[in-house]
Amino acid sequence: MPQVTPSQTIGPFYWGTVVKAYRADLAPPGVAGERLSVVLTLHDVQGAVVPDGLFEIWQANSHGRYNHPEDRRNLPLDAGFEGYGRASTFTDGSSTFTTVKPGRVPWPAGGMQAPHINVSIFARGLLNRVATRMYFDGDPANAEDPVLKMVDPARRPTLLAKKDGKGAWRLPIHLGGPNETVFFDI
Amino acid sequence: MTQDLYRRSDGAHPANLSPEYKSTPGRAPRQPAIVLPHTLSEITGPLLETERLDALENDLTKQRSGEPLGERIVVHGRVLDENGKAVPKAMVEIWQCNAAGRYHHPGDQHDAPLDPNFYGGGRVRADEDGRYQFITIKPGAYPWKNHHNAWRPAHIHFSLFGPAFATRLITQMYFPQDPLLAFDPIYNAVPAGARERLQAAFDMESTRPEWALAYKFDIVLRGRNATPLEN
Repeated sequence: MPQVTPSQTIGPFYWGTVVKAYRADLAPPGVAGERLSVVLTLHDVQGAVVPDGLFEIWQANSHGRYNHPEDRRNLPLDAGFEGYGRASTFTDGSSTFTTVKPGRVPWPAGGMQAPHINVSIFARGLLNRVATRMYFDGDPANAEDPVLKMVDPARRPTLLAKKDGKGAWRLPIHLGGPNETVFFDI
Repeated sequence: MTQDLYRRSDGAHPANLSPEYKSTPGRAPRQPAIVLPHTLSEITGPLLETERLDALENDLTKQRSGEPLGERIVVHGRVLDENGKAVPKAMVEIWQCNAAGRYHHPGDQHDAPLDPNFYGGGRVRADEDGRYQFITIKPGAYPWKNHHNAWRPAHIHFSLFGPAFATRLITQMYFPQDPLLAFDPIYNAVPAGARERLQAAFDMESTRPEWALAYKFDIVLRGRNATPLEN
């Protein structure tokens, strides 16, 4: 059987190709759901912002349905909403996405997961894609989310985006240091 | 019942903290990643079915008004999973420097000429059998200041999505028997026995007489367990 191809860093110069495939606005007009602005900010181990990273996000639509053949549940798909976004970090380390709040999706052992956005991080100096999740601070479903329950309560805040004064959901992502984000082996 | 994707293979990937590659200590997470059971969030992923590709996006020698300088090559292969099954319609993205070793990128300050006829980015959607092909220019080696007299071996960056969020992969393809591989901390961060998979094979059969040499690079993404598992 063939063996899996090893991962390598995205490096600093990916911009040339993926700029054509940028998708920072996931939800064109007509897509159902609560519109959100999501601001992710990437920090290195020292806390400094990472201006040459790349974020990708993947999420269900507002009905909790993934636009993918594996999701066979009888829930509506939204025309024009794939649920995938990609944007490089700015000089201030941030990427801003416009999307809708995802609905809840099931947990394999029963019950439902709280609304979340799946996040991939790539950067020079990162030899593998690292994966995390963004949850919405204050969502009552968080209390029963099976993934959040797997996380040491002291580190759970690293997964919780907070609403700022302008209504945008902000989540700083720390690759290391005292506030290191919880990353998942998926 | 949902079929599980294979878990990530331990011996195949570089450690995030690989200090010979000097950017890793400042960016590598130190806490162990929490193993998640695969849920719909992990086994679904972007298929990019609505992404429109231009006919010439897989020919990096035809994206500008003239022919780029350098050695024209064919780079082709298949996108497979660990069971040897094709990943049909897989989106394959590449980017690379030009023949002189310079990226068309504002951050690249290497003292080598830009080629106005070479942008260095390409995309293609694999066919039903996972086959893909690019026409490009053999990239040059370039210095990168990681350590004294550090040079990256010639390489082409590859980005693949596969069928799920969990199968996302970004990697680099190298050329066979490049003498710079022995000195490259990025290549050598991959465990011995696995790093060799990143070398393309020279493919005499696919060369085009009087026109271009060919290299074959198969990419293997995580597969699925043969037996469905319950969480």
